[in-house]
Amino acid sequence: MAIALKSAREIKLMRAAGLVVAEVLDLMRERVAPGITTRELDRLAYELITARGGKPSFLGYQGYPASICASVNEEIVHGIPSDRVLVEGDIISIDVGVIMEGYHGDAAITLPVGQVSDEALRLIAATEGAFHAGAAAAVAGKRLGDIGAAIESYAAEHGFEVVREYTGHGVGRAMHEEPTVFNYGRPGTGMRLRPGMTLAIEPMLTAGSARTRVLPDGWTVVTADGSLAAHYEHTVLVTEDEPVLLTAPAESVV
Amino acid sequence: MAKKDVIEVEGRVTEPLPNAMFRVELDSGHEVLAHISGKLRLNFIRILPGDRVRVELSPYDLTRGRITYRLRT
Repeated sequence: MAIALKSAREIKLMRAAGLVVAEVLDLMRERVAPGITTRELDRLAYELITARGGKPSFLGYQGYPASICASVNEEIVHGIPSDRVLVEGDIISIDVGVIMEGYHGDAAITLPVGQVSDEALRLIAATEGAFHAGAAAAVAGKRLGDIGAAIESYAAEHGFEVVREYTGHGVGRAMHEEPTVFNYGRPGTGMRLRPGMTLAIEPMLTAGSARTRVLPDGWTVVTADGSLAAHYEHTVLVTEDEPVLLTAPAESVV
Repeated sequence: MAKKDVIEVEGRVTEPLPNAMFRVELDSGHEVLAHISGKLRLNFIRILPGDRVRVELSPYDLTRGRITYRLRT
């Protein structure tokens, strides 16, 4: 499989798309609260993305009907925005993709709705931590298995399981590119990482069993046992030294 | 957006089993137990022994699969 290594020019374009993704996620942080519907969040995301001159990557992707994925509680990923009203104690994972001038940015966060349980907060923190553990291994010379192994062991140390049937992926000219970025693996195995690779690293952790099933809508992936799930993702650029988060907010990096 | 992690392979149905399950011999020589995808079921596409089919495998359980397509023969 051929991996597209991105040029400096392409990375600039991906950063531009990534900044819009970051802006949308910031808006979601502001607006997620008891009483709002996931459809309203989707509309806000759509309006911001188009106002910035981008297009939502997800809208129409294999028939997907919305701009964001909004996955509540036991929903892991690919929840379709609806008239569901968020209530105090929910957790919501929001996944956003933006395409601008032919290049994609892709990121996700999980947010608490009002006051949530300690377990939910620990799950959200561990999922973010697992991402950072994985991203720290996304350095030229290391291998794909190092990323997966770092994520898997971080999750296990914090008492959570990692979803195996859904994975991260290369991203850039297409929303899904090679390689597949597993959230588990063995250190020192798999493809060698090279500068210019752009990877969507996206651990999905569950409070109970990580077995999944898909709802009859054909999209929404839920935990088979109904336990809580969280998701965290950035588009990560592999370099010779520090990994660069292309979907981080403006003030932080690049 | 997370990517569904599946392996797509082709094979030949060797034996129909109860519950819309089939034994499928893959081109690799492996044998898997496959159920039939909802879309095939909805459209009443009949699958008979000897039919060539496309099967989705989950890489973490390579003994079970899902028949997603009956290939024209």
